[in-house]
Amino acid sequence: MAKEYETVIGLEVHVELATKTKIFCGCSTEFGGAPNTHTCPVCTGMPGSLPVLNKQVVEYAMAVGLATNCTITQNCKFDRKNYFYPDNPQNYQISQLYLPICRDGKVEIELENGEKKFVRIHEIHMEEDAGKLVHDEWDDTSMVDYNRSGVPLIEIVSEPDMRSAEEVIAYLDKLRMTIQYLGASDCKLNEGSMRADVNLSVREVGASEFGTRTEMKNLNSFKAIARAIENEKNRQIDLIEEGKEVTQETRRWDDNNGYSYAMRSKEDAQDYRYFPDPDLVPIVISDEWIEKVKANQPELRDEKKARYISEFNLPEYDASIITGSKKLADIFEETNKECNNPKKVSNWLMVETMRLLKENNMDDTDVKFSPSNLAKLIKLTDDGKINSSVAKEVFEKVFAEDIDPEKYVEEKGLVMDSNEDDLKAIVEKVIAENPQSVEDYHNGKTKAIGFLVGQTMKATGGKANPGMINKLLKELL
Amino acid sequence: MANIISDETIDYVGILAKLELSDEEKEQAKSDMGRMLDYIDKLGELDTDGIEPMSHVFPVNNVFREDVVTNGDDSANTLANAPEEKNGSFVVPKTV
Amino acid sequence: MSILSLTATELAEKIKNKEVTVLEATEAVLKQIEEKEDTYNCYVTVDKEGALKRAEEVQKKIDEGTLSGPLAGVPVAIKDNMCTKGLLTTCSSKILGNFIPTFSSQAVINLEEAGAVIIGKTNMDEFAMGSTSETSAYGITKNPWNVENVPGGSSGGSAAAVAAGECFYALGSDTGGSIRQPAGYCGVVGLKPTYGAVSRYGLIAYGSSLDQIGPLCKSVKDCAVITDIISSKDTKDSTSVGLDYKLVDSLVDDVKGLKIGIPKDYLGEGLDSEVKDAILKAADVLKEKGAIVEEFDLSLVDYAIPAYYTIAAAEASSNLERFDGIKYGYRTAEFTDLHNMYKKTRSEGFGAEVKRRIMLGSFVLSSGYYDAYYLKALKVKALIKQEFDKAFSKYDVILGPVAPTTAPKIGSSLSDPIKMYLGDIYTISVNLCGLPGLCLPCGKDSNGLPIGLQLIGDCFKEDVLIRTAYTYEQARGEFLTPDQKAFAGKED
Ligand SMILES: [Mg+2]
Ligand SMILES: [Zn+2]
Repeated sequence: MAKEYETVIGLEVHVELATKTKIFCGCSTEFGGAPNTHTCPVCTGMPGSLPVLNKQVVEYAMAVGLATNCTITQNCKFDRKNYFYPDNPQNYQISQLYLPICRDGKVEIELENGEKKFVRIHEIHMEEDAGKLVHDEWDDTSMVDYNRSGVPLIEIVSEPDMRSAEEVIAYLDKLRMTIQYLGASDCKLNEGSMRADVNLSVREVGASEFGTRTEMKNLNSFKAIARAIENEKNRQIDLIEEGKEVTQETRRWDDNNGYSYAMRSKEDAQDYRYFPDPDLVPIVISDEWIEKVKANQPELRDEKKARYISEFNLPEYDASIITGSKKLADIFEETNKECNNPKKVSNWLMVETMRLLKENNMDDTDVKFSPSNLAKLIKLTDDGKINSSVAKEVFEKVFAEDIDPEKYVEEKGLVMDSNEDDLKAIVEKVIAENPQSVEDYHNGKTKAIGFLVGQTMKATGGKANPGMINKLLKELL
Repeated sequence: MANIISDETIDYVGILAKLELSDEEKEQAKSDMGRMLDYIDKLGELDTDGIEPMSHVFPVNNVFREDVVTNGDDSANTLANAPEEKNGSFVVPKTV
Repeated sequence: MSILSLTATELAEKIKNKEVTVLEATEAVLKQIEEKEDTYNCYVTVDKEGALKRAEEVQKKIDEGTLSGPLAGVPVAIKDNMCTKGLLTTCSSKILGNFIPTFSSQAVINLEEAGAVIIGKTNMDEFAMGSTSETSAYGITKNPWNVENVPGGSSGGSAAAVAAGECFYALGSDTGGSIRQPAGYCGVVGLKPTYGAVSRYGLIAYGSSLDQIGPLCKSVKDCAVITDIISSKDTKDSTSVGLDYKLVDSLVDDVKGLKIGIPKDYLGEGLDSEVKDAILKAADVLKEKGAIVEEFDLSLVDYAIPAYYTIAAAEASSNLERFDGIKYGYRTAEFTDLHNMYKKTRSEGFGAEVKRRIMLGSFVLSSGYYDAYYLKALKVKALIKQEFDKAFSKYDVILGPVAPTTAPKIGSSLSDPIKMYLGDIYTISVNLCGLPGLCLPCGKDSNGLPIGLQLIGDCFKEDVLIRTAYTYEQARGEFLTPDQKAFAGKED
C-alpha cells in the first residue's frame, strides 16, 4: 500500500502598489513606455543618488496590513538585500528584513465545498521592484530596461498553512479582492502587478515535521500556479519514494513545457547580507496614523455584498458575483446611481459582460466601458425605445468601444417602431401572406403566433415593439 | 593569529563581492582579513547585552516624498555613460 | 604680493570692490596649477576651459548686481568623489575613469549658486579609502610642505591644493577623518560638519552613515562662510537636516567661560611628543583667553577603530556593488559570461585597498557573522555615542590632536593596514557619533611640518567650534604654508 502524502504550501506574494510614482524617486510608474524613459539617477543607481521614501507606499502597505488583520510595526526600517543581477541597478534591493511594516495577520478563505479556514500571514514588507531584462536570442545578450526599477511592491509572506492548489487559489483570490478593494493595486497576474512564489514541501500524512521545501518562481496565472503545484508535489513525492532527498532550492516554472528546473549556480550564494539601509531613516507610525488609515479604509467585499442584498434587494447570488470583482462592483454602483434599476444593472454585468469577458479572454479589470453608457442603454430599454435583441447588439458596441447608446441607436435607426398604424398595416400583410399559420392558430396551436410575430419583426427590420405586435396580432386574428 | 581564513572562505567572499583575486592577492587577503578580524574581535571585550544597535545617529524619522510625478523622460542621461547600449537599453551578457 | 595670498573671503571682498576680477583670480590659480601640478599632483582633472568661461559669466552677474555674497567669483576645487555635471568624476578609481555625471552634488550646486568658479576635481584615496592619498589610481599627491611626505587623506588633493594656492578653498569629504587629518598634515583649516548638516546628494558614497562633505580653506572665517553656503536641508537626501543658524555670527574672539575637555586617552601612548606639546600649548592659549580647560577620561577610545572599520567596510561593500560595468564606468575588455564580466570588471577596476575593504565588509555581513561583527559594532557605536553624550554634558568642546604624528613619508604607511587604521584614532569617533570636528594648524614640528589641532563639538554645535577656533586663530596669528609665504613675499 502506497504511502499517503500531504502537501504543505506557503506563499510569497509580490504586489505592485498603485502609486503614481516609484518608491524612492519621482519617476512615473506607468506601465509600458520606451525603455528607460521612466528613469532617473535614483532608480538607475547612479553614483551619488539617494532614495527618499514615497509616503503613499507606507499608507498602502498599512492599509493592506490592517485589512489582513496584521499588527503594524510602529518602528520599522528598510534594509538592503545585496545580490548581483543586472535588473537591479545598485546590486542591492531596498527591502525590509528585520522590521517589516506588518506582522502576524490572517485571512479567511472559503473552499468550493463551503469549508472555511484561516491562512496566517507571517509578514508584509515594502520593497522596490527590479528592472526588466529582454533576451536577444541572436546576439547572446540581454537588454536592461529600468522603467520598472523602483516601482513599489509589498511582499506578503504567508505561513505554510495551505495544503492544496485550491486553497492557494482561494487565498490568492482573497488577497487580490482585498487589495483591489483597497485600491492599493490592480493585482493583474498577467501584467505582473501580482506575482506569487510558491514554497512547497511534502510530508507523510500524520508527520509532525515539515519536509524540505523548494521555492517556485515565474508563475504568471492561477492556472500556472495550479499546474506547478501539482507538478512539484509529484516531483518531490517521486524523489522520496526513490529514497532520494529533496534539495532546498529555487526553481523556475516553465509553463509552456509544464516542468520546472533548478536555478542553481555557484555564483548565486543566496547570502544576501541584509543590513539596515543608512540612506533611509526609520519610519515611526503613531497610533493616530494607524487610526487615520483605518478610518479611510473603504468598504471591503464582505460588507459590500451584505449591503447589496439589503440596500438593492439583489439576490445573494448576484451580490456575490458582482462584488467578486471590485471593478464590476464599481460599475454596478455608478450605473445604478444613474438609472436606479439594480436588478437590471446586475443582469447586464452578470450575463452579457461576463460572457463577453470570457469570449474575449479578458480580465474583469480590463473592462473599459463607462457606467453612464450602460445606464443610458438600460434607460433606452426601460423607456421602450429599443427591444431586447437590439439592446444586446448595442451593448456589444458599448463593451467594445464604449459608444454612446443614445446616439448610436439614433444614427443606426434602431429605435423601436411604436406607431400602431404603420405596424397594423404590416401585421395585416403578414396575416394575408401566412394563411397556414393563421389556420393553425385558430385550431388551437398557440405556438403559431410566435411564427407570425417573428415574420412581422423581420418585416420591420427588427425595430418593432414586440408587445405591440402581439396585441395587434391577437386583435386582427 | 586567532582568525585563520581558509581558501574556501576567501573564495566564498569573492563570489559575494564579485571579486576575482589572483593567488597572490588571495594569500594577502587571507592574512589581511585574519588580522583585521583579530583586531575587530576586541569588540568582544565589551558587554553589549541589552544595548540597542545604533544604525542611525539621530532620531530623525519619517522623511517622505509626496506621491507626485516630478521626473520626465531622462533616458538620454540614464544611458549617457553606458559601456554598451542598444535601442535605449543597457546591453549585458546573456542572463539566461 | 600675489592674489593667491588672499583667503577666499578676502578675495571675494576685492572682487566685489572691483580691485580684482574673477578672471584674474581664476587665471592666477590656473597659472599656479601649471607651475606646481607636476610636482604636487593635487588634481585628477583641471577644467581650464570651463573655469575661464565660468569666470566671465560670474563676473557679468556680479557686475549686473545679480550675484553678491561672500564667495562670489572665488575659484574652488572639488574632491573627485562629488558629482559635477558634465565634468569627469572618478573617485580616483580606474572603475570610474570615464564617468561624466549628469547631475551635480547639492553642495556643489549651493556653491555655484553663490558664484563659485570650479577649477577642477582633486585627487584622493580611491573611493576615499585611505589616509594618505596614495591609493589613487591617478598618482600620489605630494605634501606642499615637503614633497617627500603625504598630504594625508583621503581629501589629500583638496588640502594640498589649498596649501599650494592651486585654489582658494576646496570641498572635501570626511568618513573617518578625511577632511581633518589632511587639513592637519597640510596646515590648513578643515571642518567635518555634523552628520546631516550638508546634503550627501551627489557624494559618491563610501560609508553612508559616516560620510559628510565639508570645507578645506585658509582661515576660520572662510570655514564659517563656506559651511553656511554648502549646508542645507535637502529634500533629495533623507538624512539631511541642515543648520538652522549662520556660522558667520560665531566669528567672535571670546571663549570666556567656555568649558574645554581634553581626553587623557588622546594624549597617551602613540602620540608624538612634539604634537602633544603643540596641542597642550594651544589649550593654554585658550585657557589664557578665559576658557576652562581640563583633562578627563573618555573611555572606549580603543574600541572606536574596530567598530568604525567594521561599519565602514560593511557599508562600502554594499555601496560599491553598483560598479559592475553595466551602467557606467569601466567594463573589462573580454569576458565569458555575466558573472565573469562582473568579476573581471571589478577586479581590474578597483585598487588593492578598496578590494580589501569590500572583502572585509562582505565577510562581516555574511550569514553567520552578521551578529558577531556588524551588529556588535553597531552596539559598540551606541556605547561610544553614550560616552560622548556624557562628555558633552560637561564640556562645550573636546580638544585634542587630529593625528598621532605629522605627515608621514610617502610609502611608509600602506604596507601595514592596521597601523594605518590606527592613525585614525582621534578622528573616527566623530564620524561614528555624527559630531562636528574642526582642524586648524597649531604649530610645526622639528621637521617643519604642520601640526593640526582638533576641536570636537556636540551635534549641530558648529557655532561653538567656530568661536573657539576663531579665538585661537586670533591669538595664534598668521599661519602660512610655504607657497602662501611665497605669495605674500615673506621669507621662511
Ligand atoms: Mg522580496
Ligand atoms: Zn527614478
